[in-house]
Amino acid sequence: MHSLLNILNSTIGRKFLMALSGFILVLFVLGHMLGNLQIFLGPDVINAYAYKLHSMPAALLWSIRLFLLACIAVHIWAAVVLTIDNKKARPVIHGPKATVQASYSSRTMRMSGIILLAFILFHIAHYTVRNIPGKEYNEKIAKVALMKQGEPVYKNGHAVMTFNVNDMMVAGFRVWWVSLFYIIAVGLLCMHLTHGVSSMFQTIGLRNKDWKNRLDQLALVYGWVVFLGFAAIPAATLSGLIKPMNEGVKNAGAGLVPHSEVTFQKIQH
Amino acid sequence: MEKTMKLTLRVWRQKNAETKGAFETYEVENVSEDSSFLEMLDILSEDLVEKGEEPVAFDHDCREGICGMCSMTINGIPHGPERATTACQLHMRHFYDGQTITIEPWRAKPFPVMKDLVVDRSPLDRIIQSGGFITARSGSAVDANAIPIRKQTADYAMDAAACIGCGACVAACPNASAMLFTSAKVSHMNSLPQGKPEKDRRTLAMVSTMDKEGFGGCTNVGECEAVCPKSISLDMIAQLNRDYAFAQVKNIFQPVA
Amino acid sequence: MNLDPKIPEGPLSEKWSNHKFKMKLVNPANRRKYHVIVVGSGLAGGAAAASLAEQGYNVSCFCYQDSPRRAHSIAAQGGINAAKNYQNDGDSIQRLFYDTVKGGDYRAREANVYRLAEVSSDIIDQCVANGVPFAREYGGLLANRSFGGAQVSRTFYARGQTGQQLLLGAYSALSRQIGLGKVKMYNRHEMLDVVKVDGHAKGIIVRSMVTGEISRHAGDCVVLATGGYGNVFFLSTNAQGCNVTAAYRAYRRGAGFANPCYTQIHPTCIPVHGDKQSKLTLMSESLRNDGRIWAPKDPAVAAKIRSGEIKPDDVAEEARDYYLERKYPSFGNLAPRDISSRAAKEACDEGRGVATTGLGVFLDFRDAIKRDGKKAIEERYGNLFDMYQCITGDNPYETPMMIFPAVHYTMGGLWVDYNLESTIPGLFVGGEANFSDHGANRLGASALMQGLSDGYFVLPYTVGNYLGEQGVASAGNVNAYHPAFDEVEDEVKARIDQLMSIKGDESPRSFHKRLGNIIWEYCGMARSKEGLEGAIKQVQEIREEFWNNLRVVGTTEGINPELERAGRVADFIEFGELMCRDALMREESCGGHFRVEHQTDDGEALRDDENFTFAGVWEYNGENVEPKLHKEPLIYENVKLATRSYK
Ligand SMILES: Cc1cc2nc3c(=O)[nH]c(=O)nc-3n(C[C@H](O)[C@H](O)[C@H](O)COP(=O)(O)OP(=O)(O)OC[C@H]3O[C@@H](n4cnc5c(N)ncnc54)[C@H](O)[C@@H]3O)c2cc1C
Ligand code: HEM
Ligand code: HEM
Ligand code: SF4
Ligand code: F3S
Ligand code: FES
Repeated sequence: MHSLLNILNSTIGRKFLMALSGFILVLFVLGHMLGNLQIFLGPDVINAYAYKLHSMPAALLWSIRLFLLACIAVHIWAAVVLTIDNKKARPVIHGPKATVQASYSSRTMRMSGIILLAFILFHIAHYTVRNIPGKEYNEKIAKVALMKQGEPVYKNGHAVMTFNVNDMMVAGFRVWWVSLFYIIAVGLLCMHLTHGVSSMFQTIGLRNKDWKNRLDQLALVYGWVVFLGFAAIPAATLSGLIKPMNEGVKNAGAGLVPHSEVTFQKIQH
Repeated sequence: MEKTMKLTLRVWRQKNAETKGAFETYEVENVSEDSSFLEMLDILSEDLVEKGEEPVAFDHDCREGICGMCSMTINGIPHGPERATTACQLHMRHFYDGQTITIEPWRAKPFPVMKDLVVDRSPLDRIIQSGGFITARSGSAVDANAIPIRKQTADYAMDAAACIGCGACVAACPNASAMLFTSAKVSHMNSLPQGKPEKDRRTLAMVSTMDKEGFGGCTNVGECEAVCPKSISLDMIAQLNRDYAFAQVKNIFQPVA
Repeated sequence: MNLDPKIPEGPLSEKWSNHKFKMKLVNPANRRKYHVIVVGSGLAGGAAAASLAEQGYNVSCFCYQDSPRRAHSIAAQGGINAAKNYQNDGDSIQRLFYDTVKGGDYRAREANVYRLAEVSSDIIDQCVANGVPFAREYGGLLANRSFGGAQVSRTFYARGQTGQQLLLGAYSALSRQIGLGKVKMYNRHEMLDVVKVDGHAKGIIVRSMVTGEISRHAGDCVVLATGGYGNVFFLSTNAQGCNVTAAYRAYRRGAGFANPCYTQIHPTCIPVHGDKQSKLTLMSESLRNDGRIWAPKDPAVAAKIRSGEIKPDDVAEEARDYYLERKYPSFGNLAPRDISSRAAKEACDEGRGVATTGLGVFLDFRDAIKRDGKKAIEERYGNLFDMYQCITGDNPYETPMMIFPAVHYTMGGLWVDYNLESTIPGLFVGGEANFSDHGANRLGASALMQGLSDGYFVLPYTVGNYLGEQGVASAGNVNAYHPAFDEVEDEVKARIDQLMSIKGDESPRSFHKRLGNIIWEYCGMARSKEGLEGAIKQVQEIREEFWNNLRVVGTTEGINPELERAGRVADFIEFGELMCRDALMREESCGGHFRVEHQTDDGEALRDDENFTFAGVWEYNGENVEPKLHKEPLIYENVKLATRSYK
């Protein structure tokens, strides 16, 4: 135990935590992106996906959520403590600023990280808790039928209803500044990762000269994939490629839903 | 005949650790381009003495890039613009006539400025004292060839051991981290069979001293490697991280220190 | 002055072991009652301080750099000798002993040299155990090279940084003891005097180079390992801080100074570029294994090269004079240092020198590259070639290197007996600071050997023996409040105040330069009666001027490089005079000491074994009084003196 504390107290130990938590976040972000991209396969698909997510046992869902939040917490804690120490160690910076080889992203991890934090908070309030002032999405009236291979799913006679994630996202991203914020945020995430993903291997000691180059490339690719993958959605929404269901997107189950077309617009203004 | 140049120097002057410092501007003339950077400072010193002023105090000794004493940041880069070169090995042909050069001491909390460009680097010594050695009492050694060492291992150890303890890595690091210095010694000794028995305690002890001395943590920025006069590689930091992880894990089950 | 060398009885090969057996031992429990002062943290000082602390003595160690790791031993490139015979080429203690005595031109003490050869192989074992990453073969065993004119491969090396690695080995052992609290390390402290109590050395006076504070340190004995005095020439391969102060102050307190005129001029250094130069850089001698040294046959050609009219490569084969190969067919480019250096000087004196100053000859790798390919040469000398290019801006792969001899090592030093004890009881001297085992000339790769031999394997025994003889009762019976300390400390302070109060208008560096020029001119590679007599006068004049016209800016408090330099230069000036006297006294040529009056018809050194087979030891007789010469006869029972021939 005592030696576990040492780990937390040492600069290297903290970097381990940061790398490990970072690694988990890296995996989550990738999965999350793939999940979200299903929106391009049509509202039914994405809604079904959201349904699947939410229909898993609450315990499991929450333990995943808490685990994720824990990772972010640990990651931030380590980042903050590390940053405080490092600032202490370097009160004066050299007169003329000069950098020989350090990449921009490596020198801006804190900045990118902090804005990411802001984003994540906003984002969870936005889509998970769903109560950004003026943007509450009302569960009850935002229901649509759960579809499988174009057919509504019936459970003991009743069509299964699910929350209309598709329209929620569209409604969310139709607000230009929201989309802008998302795009900026994922841009920073991309930067954060182009350094982070390679850096984390160095931190856990699994890197050397030759591997550095490969890992740096991997990180670069990963970063851009994440950026394009995430940014695509708000971009597509603004450009009208993705529409809410009522705007001509056929939903076979629509009939089953009383005035599902008034859902979001009503609440927004 | 050798070419000479005229330069404007912005030099950090600070009376002692207590007082605050500031930049002073000086002109130096007919500096031969074959002169070393420190010889250029000698010229400045002689000019100042001529005027009855105190010359710029700076650390230096061997003037051939091996003792690690010289320590100054030139135009924002520790040891100046040339790669793998100490300030004393830096020659004026790398500068141009009429150039303005800014000269500062190492900047880092653990390296307080004592005067002008002179800083206190004793924390680096204390890191070594806490574990940067192989315990082998004089006269207690077995024959030098008793334990064969793979050539690759010996070469790797030599790469690491080339560190001259100048502290430029700390000065260059945005976090004033001493990871490159510490990892060089750790990698040197941990990789040799003679160093194995003390491997774990050495690693833990040196890292904890490094932290205690107030150096920052490494965030893999990599400037240290770029300014290191002996081109100590980031691989050494990776090895330190690795060895540290193993040592800590072992330590949980069976205390190593 | 008692110059009894205290050479133990018995046959050469048993002297050291017998002696060790006869030594007084201090029981481990009592060792902590003693306090040993070690000045110097180089190979000799660092190793001694660490070893003594390991044995249980309390040690205070001093160095002027900001860390013990920076002692000038760090600069040694080439390698370290040991009679391991790992290469199975017929090496042996006997042969290393013989080579060293011969290399020293028969002016060293047999018994010491033999001991040096004897412990040489323990040194390698010790260093490897300390983690020194010597070069290895693919089989995992240690690699060797032949070095500095030796016909066997007995030199161990760590790339081009052997001295650095050896010193870091000693430094890590020392650091361990500092961490354990057995050694108290005083960085940035300069020793300014020795304190004697009832004739025994019992302490030192030091100045903190940070605060300027003068402090006193008492101990049961004092070990000096303060390195060489090459900087008396101003330009040398030594570090800026290398000084004679510690040794010279001891001399003034009654320690005999032996053979000050024995200085080594290294043949392969980078030529001087201008009058603003502060130091000379050595190119490792190993370059001579593949490089061919030459100068143009015709001075006119040399002139053309100097003016840049033609390039070295334009000089036809037959117009080149590979003078070492011509004069010394069997050794060729590997002829010993003193000989190679003198040959280079001759070439330049004949107007055949190159480099802008006309003081340089070529070291040419053209043929080696043709023979073994650029790749092979790069592997062998890559870092040295880079270093050369970094300093000169020329690329040695394309145009031949230019080299010229430079002061590199000083064989002279404080006289010591077999126990490395000076004529002041309780004052031990190790490393380059003592008059060493190298006689009149040092072979390559043997100073590192001697420094570590003294530090790891000799001083730890002989110092213990001395303390044992003094008896436990004496342990710590002198403290720093003893009146003897007041006296010396006052003198030290008075001297500093005097330096500060002159307020003239010439800087210490300027005096140093002027002194250096004189010594180099008249007490350098070739020395003559009238030259030396003139030099003594000039040095005395400089000294006169120094004390009347010196300008030291700044204050005595805090960091003041000018004051430090002033103090060192003051001692160099007095010491320079002593050097010239010694050179004048020695009416023969031997090793590094070449008197133009004493040479063979073909310009080789001519020894006078009849009258000069002795170590010349000088005793201080007071200000402006001629020092007194004493002689330690050198008795050769095992090697018979022969003229040293490398033809
Ligand atoms: C460039 C160069 C290359 C060399 N290459 C080789 C080689 O390849 N092979 C070889 O065998 N030899 C070589 N030598 C010679 C060899 O390196 C030295 O002779 C040897 O290292 C001297 O060691 P030392 O411990 O006696 O002195 P140093 O290592 O010089 O140590 C002197 C110590 O004394 C301290 N000191 C000095 N004066 C004072 C004072 N007044 N007060 C307090 N402390 C003081 C210094 O701080 C330092 O710690 C080389 C020398 C040079 C200059
Ligand atoms: C939530 C706010 C975040 C903050 C404040 C933050 C901050 C930081 C900081 C300061 C570093 C240290 C830089 C370094 O050591 O190299 C870092 C590293 C890292 N971050 Fe973040 N970050 C955040 C979010 C994220 C997210 C969402 C991810 C992944 C999707 C992530 C992945 C990484 C990775 C992989 C590293 C590299 C770890 C290492 O170098 O060992 N971070 N982060
Ligand atoms: C266009 C981009 C994005 C879209 C459309 C999007 C969409 C969503 C949606 C709909 C949810 C709610 C899931 C639910 O509760 O059912 C969610 C949750 C979440 N998102 Fe995103 N997201 C995007 C980008 C990101 C990014 C870049 C990150 C992290 C850096 C991120 C991290 C999270 C987290 C941590 C949660 C909470 C997890 C949970 O509730 O279980 N998202 N996202
Ligand atoms: S690692 Fe490089 S920069 Fe850092 S101390 Fe060693 S030599 Fe200097
Ligand atoms: S610059 Fe600093 S952050 Fe790490 S990689 Fe070097 S120590
Ligand atoms: S002065 Fe020794 S490394 Fe620069």
